[in-house]
Amino acid sequence: MEFSELIRTGQAQAELLRGPEAPPLRGTLCVTGHHLLLSPGPQATPDLWLLLLRSVDSIEKRVAGDCGTITLRCKDLRVLQLDIEGVEATLNIARSIEALSSLESVITSFPFFYRPKGLRLGDAWHFHPPERYYKRVARETNAWRLSEANEDFSLCPSYPRAVIVPRAVNDDALALTARFRQGGRFPVLSYHHAPSRTVLLRSSQPLIGPQKRRCAEDEALLRAVLAGSRPGARGFIVDTRSAQTAKQARMTGGGTEAKAAYPGWKRLHRPLERGRPLQESFVHLVEACGDLEQSMDHWLSRLAGCRWLAHVKEALSTACLAAQGMEREGACILVHGAEGTDSTLVVTSLAQLILDPSSRTMAGFQELVEREWIQAGHPFQLRCAHSAFSHARPKHEAPTFLLFLDCVWQLGRQFPLSLEFGEGMLLALFDHAYASPFGTFLCNSEQERCLCEVRTRTHSLWSGLNQLKEQRKLRNPLYVPNPLALWPSVEPQSLRLWQGLFLRWTRPPEPSEAAWEKVWQIVTDQEKTEGSQPTVSASELQL
Amino acid sequence: MEHIRTTKVEQVKLLDRFSSSNKALTGTLYLTATHLLFIDFHQKETWILHHHIASVEKLALTTSGCPLVIQCKNFRTVHFIVPRERDCHDIYNSLLQLSKQAKYEDLYAFSYNPKQNDSERLRGWQLIDLAEEYQRMGVPNSNWQLSDANRDYKICETYPKELYVPRIASKPIIVGSSKFRSKGRFPVLSYYHQSKEAAICRCSQPLSGFSARCLEDEHLLQAISKANPANHYMYVVDTRPRLNAMANRAAGKGYENEDNYSNIRFQFVGIENIHVMRSSLQRLLEVSGTRGLSVGDLYSGLQSSGWLRHVQAVLGAAVVLAKAVTTESASVLVHCSDGWDRTSQVCSLGSLLLDPYYRTVRGFMVLIEKDWISFGHKFSERCGHLDGDPKEVSPVFTQFLECVWHLTEQFPQAFEFNEAFLLQIHEHIHSCQFGNFIGNCQKEREELKLKEKTYSLWPFLLEDRVKYLNPLYQPQAQEFAVLEPNTVSFNFKFWRNMYHQFDRTLHPRQSVFNIIANMNEQNKQLENDIKDLESKATNE
Repeated sequence: MEFSELIRTGQAQAELLRGPEAPPLRGTLCVTGHHLLLSPGPQATPDLWLLLLRSVDSIEKRVAGDCGTITLRCKDLRVLQLDIEGVEATLNIARSIEALSSLESVITSFPFFYRPKGLRLGDAWHFHPPERYYKRVARETNAWRLSEANEDFSLCPSYPRAVIVPRAVNDDALALTARFRQGGRFPVLSYHHAPSRTVLLRSSQPLIGPQKRRCAEDEALLRAVLAGSRPGARGFIVDTRSAQTAKQARMTGGGTEAKAAYPGWKRLHRPLERGRPLQESFVHLVEACGDLEQSMDHWLSRLAGCRWLAHVKEALSTACLAAQGMEREGACILVHGAEGTDSTLVVTSLAQLILDPSSRTMAGFQELVEREWIQAGHPFQLRCAHSAFSHARPKHEAPTFLLFLDCVWQLGRQFPLSLEFGEGMLLALFDHAYASPFGTFLCNSEQERCLCEVRTRTHSLWSGLNQLKEQRKLRNPLYVPNPLALWPSVEPQSLRLWQGLFLRWTRPPEPSEAAWEKVWQIVTDQEKTEGSQPTVSASELQL
Repeated sequence: MEHIRTTKVEQVKLLDRFSSSNKALTGTLYLTATHLLFIDFHQKETWILHHHIASVEKLALTTSGCPLVIQCKNFRTVHFIVPRERDCHDIYNSLLQLSKQAKYEDLYAFSYNPKQNDSERLRGWQLIDLAEEYQRMGVPNSNWQLSDANRDYKICETYPKELYVPRIASKPIIVGSSKFRSKGRFPVLSYYHQSKEAAICRCSQPLSGFSARCLEDEHLLQAISKANPANHYMYVVDTRPRLNAMANRAAGKGYENEDNYSNIRFQFVGIENIHVMRSSLQRLLEVSGTRGLSVGDLYSGLQSSGWLRHVQAVLGAAVVLAKAVTTESASVLVHCSDGWDRTSQVCSLGSLLLDPYYRTVRGFMVLIEKDWISFGHKFSERCGHLDGDPKEVSPVFTQFLECVWHLTEQFPQAFEFNEAFLLQIHEHIHSCQFGNFIGNCQKEREELKLKEKTYSLWPFLLEDRVKYLNPLYQPQAQEFAVLEPNTVSFNFKFWRNMYHQFDRTLHPRQSVFNIIANMNEQNKQLENDIKDLESKATNE
């Protein structure tokens, strides 16, 4: 398919309004296969304004007289307005943007064409394979093995080729367990907590169904988990649905583990919002954040009504519960909801951030996102197809990953010294998950990424982010490694709206950005003065 | 000491009101003449000043003992369980007596002795000199002069002696105007903006009723306009809601009629009165003090309490003031009803936006001395220092501090001081440990001989200055010369570090501020070391 078929007008004269804080930009507007460009006239600076078409979430056009206005609402929550000369040009450009921004095909998307200077294809992909995490686990315990039973994705299409399972369970048993779990997502190791010798597992719901089916291999697997842990260890199954929803799921073939079938395991229900209600909560919050004129009462009632912070609180408390079960009570934890690809991952990844100091470094956090979200089969393409502005009725969209990022941000606020990455990193992950020139967040699973050859034909976000020039934006200058668990307060008084994300484009950023610069300056001064100290004492010795 | 029946109770439990596990610390409770002291088994001490106690409540007897709940004015809430009911009853009765004093002389400040001699004490009181401050602003000058009309507090009991008025306003005009203003509080200078030659003035409401006029008052306002060569009109800002101001007309009070005053632009800014503010904060504290609060409950409680809406209104009024001065070079006259609550808030915040000096540690002390203490904000009544009318108590000054906090959040580099400074000042408006906030006006303070019998707070704060410094402060930054805060609703947040300052489990576990402050200190220290060593090296 040629993009040129979709481009109706090559260019037009236009003025771009980027919100109250940035000055308007005039010049020639140009639509290409993947971008919207605005090049200022010859007299102005040669700076080109560039927007990835993929990042357009919704488009609105209006014509009056002989000009038109296009309002672009972007997936990163920016709102842009283009005033274009010519009615025809406006309509054509709007149609072109509409067509090009909603292309479904992965292999014609921009990451397959993006060839930035200084990066080599294939870099950094090998940074975070499951094998690497397994090596760490193997150093800590002998009870687990790396299984390649899913080599051809036949056991579970949404799992990676290699997964970590109890040593006592062979691949044949895994195949049978996979048939007993929705989407084949049998319980696998998510995290081994060495100090307490307990593990965090994740899976999807068991296919109990109305007939109350059982699966001996599944039961044996969970028995093996307890046997491989500390002597006498117990287990908790954290079901991210309410007891009632879990029970109702039996009518459609799902369900939750029966107590009698899994001795030693106790089930806890911690309902987390997911799917459409979560997406609606996001939409309502963003709507409220775009209204600068509203009264205080209206704002506060919308903030309460959208329930976003309530979801943050629930997600954090459930992660704390899982982490507490491991660290304080020495129990093994299995987390699942229904499909095991959404709220399950929020809980397992947050629990690791709470317990595991190495996941709080720059590299460790990237590994965590890669392992617990991308390779764990969170369907990014479906969930992030649209952000908060789309008028289309959401089908599979849900800001699950954003909820995770928000929880991480809250953790970072309460422990401002303990995460090596800063808010900039979380904002970058949000932006790139929804629209990116990099291939990292493409597709819904490893299997799809293999089919599209994403690894060999696109650049990895991690190599993009790990370039030296990006570091200042992404790092937390105050980071000091903290060997302890981070137990956040989940009281509503301790949680804050993530203004840096939700109000990123509506509030003037200068004062806080300048303050951040000052923090960097103090920290670098500190490094400088400390660095120069030895030379001074050396000169003193010479005296 | 006659109120203390039991001085020591052992095996008392202290509950944490937000801990989910119902953990309790066991320890010993002591009652002294000035404090309630709890020492837990880790030997950690919790001191509660009797003056800080807002209410004491004895709850129904439980199996583990008799619960005693103490709410403090600094927003500390402690929940003790006393094993024996009789001890609990004794402590309860003692605290009821000790927390409410009948006369000023019984307040802590009159017995507090920080081991300073008389000249040190006097120097402490002279630290903040308002005459010096008016000089700094640039008055007296060709348009403004010091008036001695209130030398003996004859014209207005609640004003200070030294008042600055337009040079062309004669004494009869001042006297005439004061008779036409509630409590005699006629228009006087609060802040002078030297480069714009514009003034912020303050007064109380006029006794205009439905139609009354006063030529002297009209003259005085005209004199204020004329004292500003840059602009011939002036703004009159009534900080009350229009409806309240109109209702006052029936009682012979009210607001200025634009037709009677030449060249005034009159406007209401709609800040509610002390009673609304009192119940608003009460409601907010009830909500935020609930155990197991949900996110929805907190935000609907924030909304229904109206507290943030009020804070927004106060800050919004200050923005109106600052804008008139900076963009139009216009003078502004501010009043409410009596001109000592909302007027103090708005004038002081307006000055804070306009003048970077007030954003320094020392400048902020001056600001409080000027617009709050000297102009007669009734600290003793508003803070309930003595056992008096509970309807006079209102968190007007707390609200002012909260507005300042919101500004520090929006402009993290514009203030020399940090949040701890605001909290410490708040602590002492209620502590009655220092003389500054005792009494309701200057006249009363003189009669109480506070400068001879008590100490001033400011030198003690300055001694601890390092603790109150903002490491990010950029004193030279031009963009912070005048602050233009954005008062859009989502810029207002619940001030957890004030209203939950003692509920440590709700706070961030690590403080960025301390670490940056330490680094800053170390940097300076190391730089000095380097210089020292370098100079030594060259000298050798």
